[in-house]
Amino acid sequence: MAALPDAEALCAQLALELRARIGPASAMVGIHTGGAWVAARLHAALGLAQPLGLLDIAFYRDDYDRKGLARDPKRSKIPFDVAGKDLLLVDDVLYTGRTVRAAVNELFDYGRPASIALVVLAERDGRQLPICAQHAGARIDVPAGMRLRLKRDDRGKLSLELERAA
Amino acid sequence: MPRNPQLNANGELQHLLSIEGLPRALLVQILDTAESFAGVTERDIKKVPLLRGKSVFNLFFEGSTRTRTTFEIAAKRLSADVINLNVAASSTAKGESLLDTVANLSAMQADIFVVRHGSSGAPYLVAQHVKPHEHVINAGDGRHAHPTQGLLDLYTIRHYKKDFSRLTVAVVGDVLHSRVARSLIHGLTTLGAPEVRVIGPQTLIPAGAAALGVRVCHSMNEGLKDADVVVMLRLQNERMSGALLPSAQEFNKQYGLSAEKLALARPDAIVMHPGPMNRGVEIDSNVADGPHSVILPQVTFGIAVRMAVMSMVAGGG
Repeated sequence: MAALPDAEALCAQLALELRARIGPASAMVGIHTGGAWVAARLHAALGLAQPLGLLDIAFYRDDYDRKGLARDPKRSKIPFDVAGKDLLLVDDVLYTGRTVRAAVNELFDYGRPASIALVVLAERDGRQLPICAQHAGARIDVPAGMRLRLKRDDRGKLSLELERAA
Repeated sequence: MPRNPQLNANGELQHLLSIEGLPRALLVQILDTAESFAGVTERDIKKVPLLRGKSVFNLFFEGSTRTRTTFEIAAKRLSADVINLNVAASSTAKGESLLDTVANLSAMQADIFVVRHGSSGAPYLVAQHVKPHEHVINAGDGRHAHPTQGLLDLYTIRHYKKDFSRLTVAVVGDVLHSRVARSLIHGLTTLGAPEVRVIGPQTLIPAGAAALGVRVCHSMNEGLKDADVVVMLRLQNERMSGALLPSAQEFNKQYGLSAEKLALARPDAIVMHPGPMNRGVEIDSNVADGPHSVILPQVTFGIAVRMAVMSMVAGGG
């Protein structure tokens, strides 16, 4: 199996790629938790004027009836007016697309953005919804029974890891 | 030991009947979840889709405006359908039993029953008889418990004081009749507040108060000294029979919270009251409306706390 790409290098590469689409109405929102880590990197590298937003999609998940509420939902914070913004929605791994569906629904409860583009550090097979990323750092093959996760170590360094799916 | 009737086999909240007996981690989880819901209540669109398609029955066998309304708002902000029943005025008056009322509402496909009842233990009885997918939240039963009020009091204290581990909390007034006091005291001791005092005349302090882990004081001078939090209780005239008090005026003189008495507490003390207030009896207007008062924020926090409780009990299989 090929080695996984370096997450920090992917962040740097994504920041370069995104530079071209940054305009006066651009603003960024990271999805808790891994997406928020990536978004913090990108937000700093791009020097966006609007403060970074954070979404915890716990209240918008579609598996609440089966699994109940997540144990420790974080407070979503969108510290700017969403209306009219070109939003960069950032997550770590794009898999089924359900998290993105929930995040888009939540964003619209804050206002009507001009546009939303999806930015992910990595994407893999397994989409269950008609959702695709406008910017993906890497495309990674994940063996059956495994899942791809973003980790952050004590010093804040990001890395991609494969682990057995629960 | 039999399982706590409020928890399912995984230790998750199934019903909320009393703060007593809930583990500390679960109390913290409720407060943390409420904190996230407080973010929702600050948005323009104060609604999330969690309880879409679910029905919440507000079953109040005893009068209430604030509690019933905040439960209703909380359920609506979770996108549930809410049905308010003033049962005292209808079925019960015609002789229907509590369990028959609940069985009938269950046949109308209920998911959550919010129950207030004048008899202690009534919500437990309901919880024993509902279907597995139905959940019961105690909105006040007799003199026993009012757990969501206790939780919103804990939320308010944590919001202003951050940490329970060094707090002195004074609970003042009619502790005897107060389910609010009982719920709050259990919560404070579970969360590790080192000093909880109850202050009131002997006739309004329950006989076993000290067994709850509180210090009993019969004077405001002693009880309010250096308190971080002062919780005033309503003098419950409707629950009083016999001569527990000489008069409301006398009570006000001894135990009513005036600005002078409040000066005994810490300069940054907060003043709480579960409402409805009797101004000029247990609390003076200049204190109720003064800079230490967090009585109205309590009401706002109550919505987020009830959203947290409802979404925690109703999720999962």
